[in-house]
Amino acid sequence: MAARLKLFLPLAAFALLVGLLFRGLSLDPQALPSALVDKPLPAFDLPLLDAPSSITESSLKGEPALLNVWATWCISCRVEHPYLQRLAQQGVKIVGVNYKDERSAALEWLTQYGDPYAVNILDAAGGLGLDLGVYGAPETYFVDAKGIIRYRHVGVIDERIWSTRLKAVYDGLDGV
Amino acid sequence: MTAELGHFALIIALVLAGLLSVVPLWGSWSRHMAAMRLAPSLAFGVTLFLSISFACLAHAFLTDDFSVKVVASNSNSLLPAMYKFSALWGNHEGSLLLWVLILSFWMSAVALFSSGLPTPVLARVLAIMGAVAVGFLSFSLFTSNPFERLLPATPADGQDLNPLLQDPGLIIHPPLLYMGYVGFSVAFAFAVAALLGGRLDAAWARWSRPWTNAAWGFLSLGIMLGSWWAYYELGWGGWWFWDPVENASFMPWLAGTALVHSLAVTEKRGLFKSWTVLLALAAFSLSLLGTFLVRSGVLTSVHAFAADPERGLFILVFLVIVIGGSLTLYALRVPAVKSVVSFSLVSRETLLLVNNVVFLVATLTVLFGTLFPLLMDALGQGKYSVGAPYFNAVFLPLMSSLVPFMGLGPISRWRDDSVHRWRSRVALPALLVVACALLLPWLSGQTFNLWVSLAVLCSLWVVFGMVDDLRSRKRPGVTWRLLLRRQPASYWGMVLAHSGFAAVVISVVATTQYSVERDLRMAPGMSETLAGYEFVFDRVERERGPNYLADVAYFRVFAASEAVDSRTVDADPIAALKAEKRRYFASGSLMTEAAIAATAFRDLYVAMGEPVGDDGAWAIRLHYKPMVRWMWLGAVAMGLGAFLTVADRRYRTVRSRQVATAAGYHGSPA
Amino acid sequence: MGSVLKTAIEAGGTTPLLSKLSPALSPILLGAFLPVLLAAVLVFDVKPASAVIETYEFSSSELEARYHRLSQELRCPKCQNQNIADSNAPISQDLRQLLFRQLEAGASDEQILNDMVARYGEFVRYRPSAQGATLWLWLAPALLLVLALLILVTVVRRHSSAAASAPIALNAQQRERMQELRSLDGGGLSGESSGR
Repeated sequence: MAARLKLFLPLAAFALLVGLLFRGLSLDPQALPSALVDKPLPAFDLPLLDAPSSITESSLKGEPALLNVWATWCISCRVEHPYLQRLAQQGVKIVGVNYKDERSAALEWLTQYGDPYAVNILDAAGGLGLDLGVYGAPETYFVDAKGIIRYRHVGVIDERIWSTRLKAVYDGLDGV
Repeated sequence: MTAELGHFALIIALVLAGLLSVVPLWGSWSRHMAAMRLAPSLAFGVTLFLSISFACLAHAFLTDDFSVKVVASNSNSLLPAMYKFSALWGNHEGSLLLWVLILSFWMSAVALFSSGLPTPVLARVLAIMGAVAVGFLSFSLFTSNPFERLLPATPADGQDLNPLLQDPGLIIHPPLLYMGYVGFSVAFAFAVAALLGGRLDAAWARWSRPWTNAAWGFLSLGIMLGSWWAYYELGWGGWWFWDPVENASFMPWLAGTALVHSLAVTEKRGLFKSWTVLLALAAFSLSLLGTFLVRSGVLTSVHAFAADPERGLFILVFLVIVIGGSLTLYALRVPAVKSVVSFSLVSRETLLLVNNVVFLVATLTVLFGTLFPLLMDALGQGKYSVGAPYFNAVFLPLMSSLVPFMGLGPISRWRDDSVHRWRSRVALPALLVVACALLLPWLSGQTFNLWVSLAVLCSLWVVFGMVDDLRSRKRPGVTWRLLLRRQPASYWGMVLAHSGFAAVVISVVATTQYSVERDLRMAPGMSETLAGYEFVFDRVERERGPNYLADVAYFRVFAASEAVDSRTVDADPIAALKAEKRRYFASGSLMTEAAIAATAFRDLYVAMGEPVGDDGAWAIRLHYKPMVRWMWLGAVAMGLGAFLTVADRRYRTVRSRQVATAAGYHGSPA
Repeated sequence: MGSVLKTAIEAGGTTPLLSKLSPALSPILLGAFLPVLLAAVLVFDVKPASAVIETYEFSSSELEARYHRLSQELRCPKCQNQNIADSNAPISQDLRQLLFRQLEAGASDEQILNDMVARYGEFVRYRPSAQGATLWLWLAPALLLVLALLILVTVVRRHSSAAASAPIALNAQQRERMQELRSLDGGGLSGESSGR
């Protein structure tokens, strides 16, 4: 009898495999959560886009903010731009990270399409982006009042994504 | 209309396959002779209608019928005709059709060459293959119909075939690979038929063996072609990347290698039947698993594809039915009685078991490594990667542990051998091999390298083992010529395949250890020296191809010592090379066409990058790759060796004698 | 050893995702992927790839060798399944540059890897660390091999002890078996017949 039971081992192993593969169907192998979630913002000391002064990570503390990585070469940033302005009008603090861009082009962009950003960090070399683990644009980091990253959204923010997912994350930041 | 005709033929093929999977099986149950005899005709019918369906799709591709969706998304009117044809399987839907078509070829081949097989066995085998065909035909018709139309919005032109796939190597790579994958379905069907019929004996092993060897040969060639293509097409000289999709093709090969050897023991000695059956089920199951991994999107691969959970679920259900069903049958029906046939520790049986152990562990290692990221993700442990550095580190020691036994295998005896005899037989070869291993790398003018010496040692060990084996077969009064002619085809097949393996081992190690590559900024007129060769960059020209525009860089290569004034003195170059950078019109994508000058012992390889600066300079990559060719040649030898064993006389003489239990087989049903 | 001039060249197309496709298989699926890629580009941008020229002057050939090795062990976080050495995605350029700077600053392999893991998680390591969960990856082949060898020994022992305990009866049986096999052979010489 024991010998017969042993013959069921391959079947049992296969059953486990099927369970794993079935689970795999509902997972996204591409989704890469930020390694910085629940960690403080990386240290930086960078110039502002529109003023001759510089800014460090400590000056972002005090109130929750969205850290939005954008650039003029990024077509999708243009797509999400109007919605960012609506969010800014609603009182959401959005900090821009102008990522690997040209200053003049970025300034022109803001004059032309409007400026939703409370402040804009100029990350021309992409060093801050690298420390944040940015791998494209747009990306938006949800940072709480203590300067801790709580969430990262990759891709465009629009009405649907904000109301279904991101608003709850943002509201959660206030409670910190 | 042809698309509709093709669609219709596909439906008929499904109906016939449905009948094939039911009627003969019912016949074998109720001993209804006529029902069983229907199997071959139904198999031919499936093949016929699938061929019609395939021809219709090919017609749509060749006549630029962009109202058919797959044609519009994968072809272009400017595409050369041969690529229009191969574009058929350059996409999910078309490749699936090719998959089933090849399955039907194998089915018909079994029906054709197994007339001596007992009727119930043949009926069951074909019915099981029919059931597999039903699964794939439904998959094709219900989730991935290749004949879907884009009406009325027919595009004016197609989106073109991915430029990477516009290459002669890739015309035959997928069909060969599928011949291998799908070919294991024959071994699978024979195993399931034996379990159903309750007769698991040496005759069963004899029937499945040539089919298994043939499928293994095709798979070896298919994998080899893919690797070769990556080497010359991708532009950075790599030949194996351990990508999940590559692993998906490699696992059936590893399991198939174990099966090929295990079948030898079962046929010759009637041993390990239940183990061999399990391997036969595993080889095809791993092919199916590969299909799932490739088409469901559960793993990230450079062979990126549209992740479609619906398709994934369909295949998964199919896997559960086919693999789950066969493993259940296995657990219930395989004889649990221990075999009474005996052999001693020192015997050929033990050595073949060692082969099985190594290949089994290798298969499971690749499987575990490939699925590990998925496992961690499913357990909520975060994202992980398992890549080439891991597989190389684990796999190479494992494979090389095989080599000492490969040298011993052919010279050892079945059942009972003695260590003393082994020692006396291997002493001389061992000495010779050690001497050669020390001398050869040195003679080739390279610096001494421990790894290369070890690889040469291992490979020669395999070869000398075989030579010595042949010597021992010589009897007084038999000339060498007669001796050589007297060895059967299966023997030469084994020799060829093992030598091929030895060549691959040497090549992999030598290429890894001795290759030199440099990335350089070169302007026309400049020259660079690499590994004793001087590469002279003559000029860049713009040339037009059928569906692309190319910058073509012309190089000449001289031996470095003579090349002092190569540009002024018109010395004969060792090689003239022509590397290209193409821009394809339809997609706008850029493609690197590497230029390769190959000889038996080294490849010189030039690939173009981007233009650099304003002086007409380009980023250029130069490679010197010793022995790399042996890898493909070795793999070809392995494939041909497998085909040779199929041609063995004993699979045919039996038929002519009409021995009831064993039927005849022919060569590969290509 | 003088400094070495290195210019990284990039093979492949402008779309980093498609720029490398590996050997063995399913070319097949790439075609189907193109529309999806285009769709992906619409919601998510990567900085357009320009000519990639990297002139790294390594202070020693040992550093250059480490650079090559590490750049092949680090996974491009953005690409389908590529290391940063083969990928021409902008993120890979940045990471190569970072790697170069760290190497020149005297960082050890471990420091560099830890730093990368801190940014992107364990995901960036193609050679998983021999700690924590990934330790299993390194142990599994060895454990499997030991297990399989144990089974092998048991099986061989069972078969050989059967021979020792009842040599005569079994030999008769074997002879019968051989007879049967030989008849199946149809008289053809067999390639594996050296033991007969």
